[in-house]
Parts: sequence; C-alpha cells; structure tokens
Amino acid sequence: MGFDKFGRKSFTSFTKTGKFVDLLAEGKVEGTVCKQCGAKYFPPRADCAKCLSKDYDWFELPAKGTLETFTTAMYAPFGFEADAPYTMAVVDFGDGLKAFARLAKDFAEPKIGMTVAVKPLKYEDGQLTFEITKA
Amino acid sequence: MAKDVAVIGVGQTYFVRGYEGSIRELAFEAFREAMQDANLTTKDVDASIFCSAPEYDKQRSPAGVLAEYLGLVPQPTFYVETVCSSSTVGVKIGYSMIKAGLHDIVVVLGFQKMSEITSAESQERMGRGGDIQWEAPFGTMMPAYYALYAQAYLAKNGLTLDDLRDVRVKAATYGQINERAVYRKGVKPEDFDPNNPDAKMAGPVASPLRVGDCCANADGASCIILANAEKAKAFQKKPVWILGIGAASEVVNMASRPDFSKGIQVAKAAAGQAYKMAGLGPKDINVAEVHDCFTIAEIMAYEGLGFAPEGDGKQLIREKATYKEGRIPVNVDGGLLSKGHPIGATGGSQIRTIVLQLRDEAGPMQVKNPQIGLNHNIGGVGLYGNVTIFGRD
Repeated sequence: MGFDKFGRKSFTSFTKTGKFVDLLAEGKVEGTVCKQCGAKYFPPRADCAKCLSKDYDWFELPAKGTLETFTTAMYAPFGFEADAPYTMAVVDFGDGLKAFARLAKDFAEPKIGMTVAVKPLKYEDGQLTFEITKA
Repeated sequence: MAKDVAVIGVGQTYFVRGYEGSIRELAFEAFREAMQDANLTTKDVDASIFCSAPEYDKQRSPAGVLAEYLGLVPQPTFYVETVCSSSTVGVKIGYSMIKAGLHDIVVVLGFQKMSEITSAESQERMGRGGDIQWEAPFGTMMPAYYALYAQAYLAKNGLTLDDLRDVRVKAATYGQINERAVYRKGVKPEDFDPNNPDAKMAGPVASPLRVGDCCANADGASCIILANAEKAKAFQKKPVWILGIGAASEVVNMASRPDFSKGIQVAKAAAGQAYKMAGLGPKDINVAEVHDCFTIAEIMAYEGLGFAPEGDGKQLIREKATYKEGRIPVNVDGGLLSKGHPIGATGGSQIRTIVLQLRDEAGPMQVKNPQIGLNHNIGGVGLYGNVTIFGRD
C-alpha cells in the first residue's frame, strides 16, 4: 500500500516503512525496533541512526500512555479546513517513546497527565491514521 | 574577543501586508539602504547570500535572479534556508567566508513575500516546515506547534495567560514607535479580555494561544553587509563586531522531543556556544532581540539565553525588566509580534536593530549606551537555534 493513504492528507507517496499503513488497516499502531542494537522508534524508521543498521522489526506501541500536552486548533491549514476545530496532542509512553496525533473527536476535556491510548482510525474516504483516545 | 568581522551596513524595508512589487524589488529596497549605509558600490562586494523560506513566491533558485537585479554578477552567490532563521544563518556563513579569507565583503539579503499566497496556504507551508511524512498529515500549523509547548509550560511553571498578554503589550509599546513595523497600534490588557466583545486579541487560535499571542505574516526584506577588519575600518565609522556565534538543531518530530514543559531547548546550546566564543555571559548583554513569533516563545527565550532561571521567565515580564528602561531590554523594536515576521527577512531585521542600537542610531527605541547586543533567531518549532553576539568598536 502506498503511503498516500496515511493521514487526513499525505504529503509522501512512498516510504520504506509503508507497512505502517497496512498495520493500521489490521488495527495495529506499530513502531520499529532495530534488530542489531534494539533501538525503538516511533514514528517508524527504516534506518537506525544509532548503529546505522537497516534491519528492523515492528513492535506494537504500549497500550497506555500519558497525555503530555495538547492544543485545540480553531483554524486549519489549506486542505484541512473541513476538520477544524481539532485537537492535537503528544502521548508519552515512557522509555523515550512518544506519539503525536489528533485526539478522537469525542474526547472530552483533555487534561495533561491523564491516561490515554492510541488507536487506528479509518476515515470515511478510506484514509488511514491513528488517534488518541481515553484509556 | 576577536574583532575580525564587522557589520558595516544595515538595511530593511517597511514590513507590510501586500507589498506592491516583486521579490527582486523588495530585496533592492533593503539592499539600497545597506549599501548607502556602508558607502559601498557593487564593485566592492565580493559575494552575496540570499535567504528565505521556499514556496511563498514561485521563483526557484532565487539567488541568481536577485544577484542580477542587485548588480552583484559575476560575483559568487548562493541561497541559504533555515526557515525563520535563514538570514541569521546567512550572516553566520558570511562571517565564516570572511574569517576564512575567501572574501572581504559579503552581502546577506533576507527576503519574503508572504502575501503572494493566502493565509491558509501560508499555514500549510509553515506546517510543512515540520515533518511532512509523519506530522503534516494531521493538519499541523505553527501556532498549534508552539501551543503544545505553551500548554505544557503554563501547566508546570505558573506562567499565566495574563503574562503572555503582557509580552504582547510590551511588543506593541515599541511597535507603535517603529515606523517599519506592520502592526503600529497599541495593545491594552482589555484587548485580551474574552468578555469584551471588542477584544481584538482574545480570539482563540490554538489553545492556549490567542490572536494576540501570534505574530503576523508580512512582506519584507533585510540586508546585512559584513566585512573584514581592514575593509570595516575603511568604509564604516561605527563598525559593529561579531563577537560570538552559536547554532544548534533539535529533532523535528514532536514525538521525539524532550519534556515540553521545559520549553524549547535549542537556544540553550546555541547561546552557550556564543557566550563562550565571546567570553561573555547573560549579564553582559545590554540589549537583545529574541524570536517572539509567539508570546510564549519570548518567555522561553529569556530562559534559553540565561536572562532568567529555567521556569522563571515570567518574572522578567512581571518586573518589566525587558522594557527599554529595564535590566535587559528585549525586542524594543516591537519584535516579531509587532514588526511582523517575513520569514527570511526576520533574522537580518533583528541584527539591524542590534547594530543600530550599538551605533546609538535607534531613534525613539534607543536603549541607553549599550555596549553588547544579542540576537536570538529560531527556525521552525525550535528546530534551528541561532544566537549571535555583537559589540561596538
């Protein structure tokens, strides 16, 4: 699957980590782990910046994380206007693993420090992404 | 403190919305002023560096066309880009070329004509200054990125929305007396009152940031002319010396960033390098220009530069220490918040302000007898950090 399926609107046609989108379709949000040195990456990477290896595996993000910060955008950039307002946030899973995504549309009253989860989301037009939900 | 490379000429256009001319004409306005300031002819210039963020105008490889229009052909020319800090990096590269002995006099020209596209298109391009593979697909934009820092920082450090408001009130104090600023009006605290129907600054943009917390797009150009010591003395009665330069980078993706509540980190490393090179510290700075693209960014800059302890930047705005008469005057030209932020021109505009201050030529914005000035110019969301320290002759 091409990477143009990722997100509300993708700006990248192909990536070696394009399997990320297939995994979303299977209901999984996964990062990569370097087979040589064990470094974990999210978002995924095809190349390890720590040991230069190109051998990697996929691993599922932890089930729960902490909401580190968020913002509700009242205006949207060109191409996203129909979605506004929407909230974007950073989840901290610990051990240096974090994720950036939108909060689920029905996510009420976000608060820094609350326990949250990350789940795949399929838009009505078939685009695939992931979103932050209450855990 | 080596005095090897000096600023011998500065120029800047009025920062405006909807400049009625093309990028080459915009660039020429800043260039003409800097060349006249330094008493140069185009034959005296050995090289030119052009700086902007791409995709606002349609010109690809702008250095060639601008060098031609400025009359700087056949001298070498090239293009430098680090989004909002492009022209400060241009000055760093010009400094390096002169210090290496490659050239005697180098023109650094920053420009941006943002009004060629709509505001929503502009937000999309700025969002794509971040990670287009993993983040832009969520609909990112600059105010939202900085708001992620603001939300976490406010929650941890006791900084309030009123403190952020007061940063804007300070900026507007000086925007009113800077005839080249795009926003010349004053701002009062009640302009941020959400219960006031006429409050022009209170509207939410990206929580917790409001309209008044954000700088405006603008069209503009800036020009900084650098020279070695020999030429500096020959052409400029009041050369301003580059004493220290620091630069650093941060990871792009928000998911790879350290603790958001500690604010943007990239300036600390850059400031440390610049202070070390100059043999100076935060207490030696008499006037500073910091990258206040958003009010929160100015508070984080106070800390990154060591003007305030970590987490305590709020005290400087509460004590009015960064006003013109204060302990460490910051952005007494109105900053990005009032001047506007024509991306590629901003660093050069900041440097121009510092140079005019150190030459005692800043007019109504003049700080009393400054000896050492500093510019802090951030590209992207704390992606590229640049700090430069200047001293008078």
